[in-house]
Order: sequence, then C-alpha cells, then structure tokens
Amino acid sequence: MLIDALLLQLGYNATLVAIGATLLGVSAGVTGTFLFLRKRALVSDAISHATLPGVCLAFILMASFGGDGRNLVGLLLGSAVSASAGLWCLNWLTRNTRLAEDAAIGSVLSVFFGFGIVLLTVIQTLGVGRQAGLEGFLLGSTAGMLWADAMVIAVGGAVTLLLILLIRRPMTLVAFDPEYAAARGLPVSKIDMAMMGLVMAVTVVGLKIVGLILIVALLIIPAVTARFWTERSDYVVLLAGLAGGLSAYIGAAMSASAPNLPTGPIIVLMSFALFLFSLLFAPNRGVLAAVLRHFRFQRRVHLRQGLLALAQGQPIYEKLTLRLLRNGGLVRADGVATDKGKARAAKALRDERRWAVVRADQAHEAAAALYDGLRQIESVLTQDQITEIDRHIGGPKEVLA
Amino acid sequence: MLDLASSNGQVQQDHGLDDSPLAIRGLTVSYGQKPAVFSVDMTVEPGKMTAIIGPNGAGKSTMLKAALGIVPPVSGQIQVFGKPLDAQRVRIAYVPQRASVDWDFPTRVIDVVLMGLYRELGLLGRLRGHHKAAAMDCLDRVGMGDFATRQIGQLSGGQQQRVFLARALAQGADLYLLDEPFAGVDAATEKAIISVLKALREAGKTVVVVHHDLATVTDYFDNVFLINTNKVAEGTVAEAFTAETLQAAYGGRLATAQVDQLALALG
Repeated sequence: MLIDALLLQLGYNATLVAIGATLLGVSAGVTGTFLFLRKRALVSDAISHATLPGVCLAFILMASFGGDGRNLVGLLLGSAVSASAGLWCLNWLTRNTRLAEDAAIGSVLSVFFGFGIVLLTVIQTLGVGRQAGLEGFLLGSTAGMLWADAMVIAVGGAVTLLLILLIRRPMTLVAFDPEYAAARGLPVSKIDMAMMGLVMAVTVVGLKIVGLILIVALLIIPAVTARFWTERSDYVVLLAGLAGGLSAYIGAAMSASAPNLPTGPIIVLMSFALFLFSLLFAPNRGVLAAVLRHFRFQRRVHLRQGLLALAQGQPIYEKLTLRLLRNGGLVRADGVATDKGKARAAKALRDERRWAVVRADQAHEAAAALYDGLRQIESVLTQDQITEIDRHIGGPKEVLA
Repeated sequence: MLDLASSNGQVQQDHGLDDSPLAIRGLTVSYGQKPAVFSVDMTVEPGKMTAIIGPNGAGKSTMLKAALGIVPPVSGQIQVFGKPLDAQRVRIAYVPQRASVDWDFPTRVIDVVLMGLYRELGLLGRLRGHHKAAAMDCLDRVGMGDFATRQIGQLSGGQQQRVFLARALAQGADLYLLDEPFAGVDAATEKAIISVLKALREAGKTVVVVHHDLATVTDYFDNVFLINTNKVAEGTVAEAFTAETLQAAYGGRLATAQVDQLALALG
C-alpha cells in the first residue's frame, strides 16, 4: 500500500495530495531557511496561529451570504487577512512598547488563536450546513481534496519560490549583516516585511495539507536539517527545499496509505526523522562525527604528548598514553622507547621546533592558523618550505634512552 | 582654504559643500529622550584619512550610523560628494563593528566578500569568474587570500575584521567609513589594515575611521574630529589634536599625566 502511494498509484486524491504536499514542502523549506538565518523562526508560529480567526470569519461570511462556506480560496483569503493583522500587531508591539519580541510573539499567538477557537466553537453550534471540516485546518486534512485545491497549493508554492529566487540576495545580506545592508541602501524593514509576507503565503497555502499548528515545523525543521550538511548559505537553502519536499512527499504517501493518519503530523514526523538522521550522522556537524572526532583527538593528543615526553627524557605517568605508545610499538612493556619510538619521538620534537618558526613568521600566517598541536606540518607546507625552515633550526637531535 | 573661527572659538576649515565627500550639518541623534549626538557639523576633507575620536559613549559610532541612514536622526542634513545620501550610496563603503554579526552564519570568507558585489550583480545576475577573481584580489590585498574557503567562525577576530575590509574594497567606492576597525585586533591585522587604508589614500580615496586608540592618531591620520555628544574640535592633527582639545573632549577621563604624555608626543 505504501509503495503504491509512493509511486502515485493509489488513486486520484492521493496523487493530488502527494504532489501538492511536495510543492508545499519545497517552498516551506526554502522560505523557512531565510527565517532561520534571520533568527525569526517563531514569528512564523505567531503568523500561523493568527490565521484561525480569519478562516472562521471567512466561513461565517461566506455561509451567511448563502455561498459554500468551505470554498478554499475564500477561507485562505480570510486566513491571510487575519495573519496580516497578527503580523501588524506583532510589529506594533515590538516597536512601540517595551515588550521583547519573544513576549510579543507569545501574546499575539495566544490571543489570536484563542479568539479563533472561540469562533470555531460558535460555528459548530450554529448548525450552518457543512461546517465540519474547519477543524481540518488545525492539523491538515486531505480527505476529498479537489483539483482546484491542489492548483491553489501548486501555484502558491511556485510563486513563492519564484519570488524567493528574485530576492534571495537581499534577504541573505539582511540576514547576515543588517547594518551593512542598510548602509548599502537596502530597505531592510521592507525586505523583512517581504520575507514575512512569503512566510504568510506558505502558511496560508499549507493550511489545508499540514494545518496551522504544524506549518511552523515544516518551515523550520528542513532548514535546521540542511544546516548540518553545509557551510554555505545557498546550499542550506537548496538542501532545505530538498528535505522539505522529500519529507512532505513521503509523509503524504504514508498518510494516504493509512487513511486514519492525519497528513500534517506524519509529514512533520518525516521531517523530524530526516533531522534526527542529520543530527546523528552528518559528517562535520553531526553528533556521531563529533564523538568520534573527540576520541580520535584524545588518542592523538596522548600519543603526541607521549612522543614529546620520550624525546625530552621526561617520565610518562598517564595510563592511556602508555597504552597507546605500547600498542603502537613505540615503547616496550617496561616503558623504554623502541627504535621506532625513538625515531617518531625525534621527529615529533623537530616538528614542534618547525612549528615554532612558522608561528613566529608573518608570511606563514595562513599555515600558522592551522596549528593545533597535532597537525602534520607536511600537510600545511611544501617540502621546500620545510627545508627552508630546517636551515634555521639545525639538524635532528638524537633521542637518548 | 579659509580658516574660520566658529562661535565657540574652535578652528574650522571651510571647504565648499559641493565637493566634500561627507558633509554633516546640525546632526542630532537620540535614543529615547537622551541625545547621543547633538547638533554636530562635520566636513570631511577629500583624499585624506580622518579619525573620529572621543570617549566611550560619545556618539562616534552613532554619528557614523546616522550619516549612513542606519539609525534615524532627529534632525540634520547629510550630503555625500555634494548630493543627498541615497543618490550616492554606490560611492560609500562601510565597515561595521565586528560584534554585530553572527559568526555561526553559514557563509565562507569568499562569500562574505562576494556580498560586496551584490549591488553590481543585481538581483538575478550570475556570478562569473571575474567576480570571483575580483573578490580574491580584495582578499589578497588584506592578506586573507589563503582563507577563502573557510567558514567565518573559524577565523580570529583580526582575520574577521580583515574580511569585512575586503568586502568594502570589493565595492570600489570613493569614501570609506570604518567603525573601530582596530579594536581588539592583533598587531599583524592592525598593520595589514592600516597599510590598505594608506594605499586607498594614495589612490585618492577618502577614509573616515571611528578610532579608539589615541596613541596611534598622529601616526595614522591626517585629520581628526573630536566629539563628545557635541563637536569639540575638527581639523588637521596638528591643529585639532592638542592637549587642550583632548582635555575638553575627554574631560576628567584622561589623567593629566596621560594628557601631558600625549602633548609631549604631539610636540
């Protein structure tokens, strides 16, 4: 069943949901990266929770005029209006009161959301036809998704991506160094507003599939996941789009293959799975890599300190050092250096002297910056440069006993 | 050049407002109700290196930021090469204080310098080989060429400062404004930065630096501007960097021994 869903064989509705979700995932991942870089991730949570009153009011309006209260475009327009109101309140609070941004976010989020829940309960008691379904905007509900719905999501996602492509450079500059951006004449507050507008677009478009409570996860988690894999901001954006799209696609497929599972939470769990994998296994910034690096580093430090101690005739007390030296065939069981050990020790001492020359010399600044007590000098300088340094420090010294 | 004594007895040099790289009139900036900069006039001489000095909290950085439009002034007029600021942004390069940046931001040294070319690239222009070559050239000028692909968090403070300078160089501007570029940097960086600035001056560019170290003013700069919320003095180092003006700017914060020492050094 899952395979069928992944291969888009599970029927019209499931296929629509999968495609719409993927587009949403990609644009949420990409948009969310700029939020993440700008350190405004939780503003998206305030925006998404602020959509609820608008959805409910739009429904009431449309139903009371005799139309279909569940018309998606109408509901999304309503959500956009109240989300804009929430954003406006947030800006006003941070700018005109002494409230810090996090407190302002909490206030706006809870007040708007509470108001929305009240409206939702009112609607449920009104008995206006076919009101069931608005709760679907909380966690996402894809049952009975229409071609028109999927088009709205697809177009919204595509337009968002295009706009981001257009203003990616100003947004990156503003996220990295807003003062410099202002000095360059960039309209920083307008760019921030544009970014928030894009976030709102993604939120509104994602209300149907992922729901307002969890859209923030789809905005943030892919960006954080991508951060583990690269040190370049443009790659973070691309990888976040990939992560968002992938988790949305798989999540939508899983949800389609087991109809009782709500789509939004499954998608979020998928993106969390990707995040967990990256957290643990990413080569540079992952936890496993860090742990392995630490132990490897510890062994290298002990080995090097042991060799230097041997070279200078100092006694070695640490058990780990002695064990490593013994296992490497560098000392005998009684702690006396072997020939191999003496040779290595002499080289270690010589390298320290070479490093001292490098670090004192202005011309070798880039190489000197790489000194960490362990790095092999041959990996940083050419043989000619090393020979040049050797001329200063004289020949190698023999290690005694 | 005319030497005019202004109403409070300080020496002022009057250049035509038309050609001054940076002309400030009546600038007042405040945070809340307290003025950080009050009614300050400044005329920067072209092709020279000018230091803005004053005690901590004197409004030096604020003045620079207001001149660039980063903080909104309460009042004041700014003109850059005789025209309003917004028309001349292309000709100004700004090197901010290092502290304002997140060093865990995913960007490499070369990417930071390429940001200096964003205006030239526009929104959609492709990054071509000659852009990268120009960026590498700027990095080489500040001695950071070997660090191009390192993430910025891996650099020391002085190295980071030099990368920011390279970014400003990439713009090819005529007026350079630097906010405490020598604060907390190592000797090698200080030498690298001052030699780049002097080369800019030789090339006819104008350099304005918010400077924190009184001991190096006479070595590095042609002109000084002393500020302590109000303007205290403005002019060449010989005219405006004297024991009296320093005492007036720093008040009791400079020990008399320091002032005498400086006066001796100033000759």
